[in-house]
Amino acid sequence: MSAPDYYWFLGLERKLDLDLEDLERRFYNLSRRLHPDRFARATATEQQAALENTAILNDAYRALRDPVSRAEYFLKAHGLELGEQESRKTPPELLEEVFELNMVLDEFRQGGAAARPQLEQAHRHLAALREEADAQLGRLFNEYDHAPDGKLLAAIRGLLNRRRYIRNLEAQVERELANVGALPD
Amino acid sequence: MSAPFQIDFGPRRTPVVGIDLGTTNSLVAFMDLTGPAVIPGDDGDRLVPSVVHHGRSGEITVGNPARRLLITEPERTVYSVKRLMGRGVADVREELRLFPFRIAAGSESVIRLELGGRTLTPPEISASILRQLRKNAEAFLGEPVSQAVVTVPAYFNDAQRQATKDAGRIAGLEVLRLVNEPTAAALAYGLDKRKDGIVAVYDLGGGTFDISILKLHEGIFEVLATNGDTHLGGDDIDNLLLRIALEDIASEWGEDVSGDGVAVQLLRRAVVAAKERLSFVPVATIDLEYKGRVYQRELARPQFERLIVDIVDRTLGPCRHCLKDAQVAVEQIDEVVLVGGSTRIPLVRQAVENLFRARPHTELNPEEVVALGAAVQAGILMGAVEDKLLLDVTPLSLGIETMGGVVSKLIHRNSTIPASATEVFTTAVDGQRNVLIHVLQGERELVKDCRSLARFDLKDIEPLPAGMPRIEVRFLIDANGILSVTAREQRTGREQSVEVKPSYGLTDEQVEAMIRESYERAEEDIRERQTREARVEADRILGAVEKARLHDAWLELSDEEHGAVELALNELLMVYHSTDHLLIRAHIEKLNQATLKLAEVMMSGAVRSALKGTKL
Repeated sequence: MSAPDYYWFLGLERKLDLDLEDLERRFYNLSRRLHPDRFARATATEQQAALENTAILNDAYRALRDPVSRAEYFLKAHGLELGEQESRKTPPELLEEVFELNMVLDEFRQGGAAARPQLEQAHRHLAALREEADAQLGRLFNEYDHAPDGKLLAAIRGLLNRRRYIRNLEAQVERELANVGALPD
Repeated sequence: MSAPFQIDFGPRRTPVVGIDLGTTNSLVAFMDLTGPAVIPGDDGDRLVPSVVHHGRSGEITVGNPARRLLITEPERTVYSVKRLMGRGVADVREELRLFPFRIAAGSESVIRLELGGRTLTPPEISASILRQLRKNAEAFLGEPVSQAVVTVPAYFNDAQRQATKDAGRIAGLEVLRLVNEPTAAALAYGLDKRKDGIVAVYDLGGGTFDISILKLHEGIFEVLATNGDTHLGGDDIDNLLLRIALEDIASEWGEDVSGDGVAVQLLRRAVVAAKERLSFVPVATIDLEYKGRVYQRELARPQFERLIVDIVDRTLGPCRHCLKDAQVAVEQIDEVVLVGGSTRIPLVRQAVENLFRARPHTELNPEEVVALGAAVQAGILMGAVEDKLLLDVTPLSLGIETMGGVVSKLIHRNSTIPASATEVFTTAVDGQRNVLIHVLQGERELVKDCRSLARFDLKDIEPLPAGMPRIEVRFLIDANGILSVTAREQRTGREQSVEVKPSYGLTDEQVEAMIRESYERAEEDIRERQTREARVEADRILGAVEKARLHDAWLELSDEEHGAVELALNELLMVYHSTDHLLIRAHIEKLNQATLKLAEVMMSGAVRSALKGTKL
């Protein structure tokens, strides 16, 4: 029942940096061959196989399509689990920003509509930090694909934790802004 | 060797029909060599109103005749039952105030309706509608139909989907696939032929609202995201107008008629008629004549629009969420498709145009497009349509209950289905034999805010110290959007038994019992109909022979021939009141044979007319 390796299933080289158009093409082609719709009048065994195979295909495509989930999958395959705990710890370089953000959030929650522009500003800043992390992730992917190295994987793990931390903050701010109902959803 | 020009269609296979099981109307369609087509009922109507009537002697009426009975016997008639599919009584308390449904006791996990002295669940009532559609299809196609593709709102949860499948089983239809209504509509439009692109399907029906965003690429219809509200539709507009009209009447007549089933049904019909007219004319009147009194209220379109604007606006939130989930900007939408009768309302069209900044497709009848798409999907499953493939998504996230009543998500909403997730469970106490897994659907963090789907009981775990057993549980959502769970002990690889306790809906045993019961009833119905038809046939031939015996031709037959006719005639009269239609038919045939000579003689000249229309 353990799923086969997603890279193997899609016929891909084990790389972190993937050509998304090529990935999509493979996904569509395999879908055409494996999908349960193609086996609607086949035997129960064939139908079950189509269901299982397509589920794996879809799970694989979902995991590899997104760079973050792809990196998580890749690390896991190399025995590097992303700890929930790790991404809860505030990265040291963000301590000051988080402190300020919490003050703005407090003010906003206490009905300080005047704090809204500040909160929106913080939101934009967080989004920029996340995009920066994404760009950095792309560079690390490339570096690793050219010269695979355990240290790079550790760096990727650190970056993923940092990204997740930022993303959680971003989501928290989005929820706060949406609660007051002014942010277009 | 095959002859030239002979087309090989492969082995003969029974057709798969496409069914739109709607809140207000249902349709059946099929795929012929030229494309999908809707199959009309015996009254020529393509729409079968989703109304079911249970008569005093147990007879079941569906569609237009049932809709007429809604006025005279509202307590024996039920409509909009789709709103109750896969729901418990607590889910629908609000709408029960405006619908004349009578809920029986024990409706917590499955609603039970009292209808004409029987207690029925929504899947059983839906099964009556499916049976009617099946009958229409069989009469039209001239062959038995036992397999179907049935559409459901994209935003239907697991229980609602399961209930729809159950309805099919009870009706004796194998549901090969549940297809989401907006996706079906996209298939029907065949937009893939024009170009690759991004399509939004806005589906506002009688009771439900769906929005789906699809990516089309070389015949693949990939749903990127879907959103909706399973409690939002034209019914809400009707209820709003109905409430206003009832208040009006209370003040004009000095009498509250809201408790009078017949008055409410007549008024409902009047407001629906006014609503529908307002899509084409600027002013319409709500007209009610009841027990000698008259109520009339003019409704102008601007006023109507002010009343319904909140309902229309409620569709916009899901649209924005859907765009966000699909990671698609409004500008990227190439085409917009409108589905559902409620999209005929100009204000709705305006709202869609404003949001998507594109003029929506309305070439296909919005009430038929879903059924047509279901027929295309049926064609795909039959192998008749090879260039198209639907890749749909699950509308709601799937998760399990963890410590502190928190939901841990396993499969996120808008994941392409089939989709799966695997989790490893263990025991907390030494020697523990059972582990209970509570599965939920929804987007919220806490168990209390999500919808309970089922509890899965991992049974007969080998008694071991706490934490030792490692049970790998696989959650699999199939192409219908329905969950199944399997479990395996990791160490031994042994299959782990899982008992399913659905939170809403029927158990397998209950469905089986309903199938048996409906089967028995259906057999009774069929026997009765066949007997009646045989007697009608007998009447025809008996009448014709009576007439022929007075004719000159009769004198031309020999005594022997006379005797044979008399004998066959008397035998038919003797079996006439039998309930065995085959026996009646056999004697009709005998009489037919005995009168062949007579018919031959009569075939000359004007005498022919005497027997016109008979089989003689």
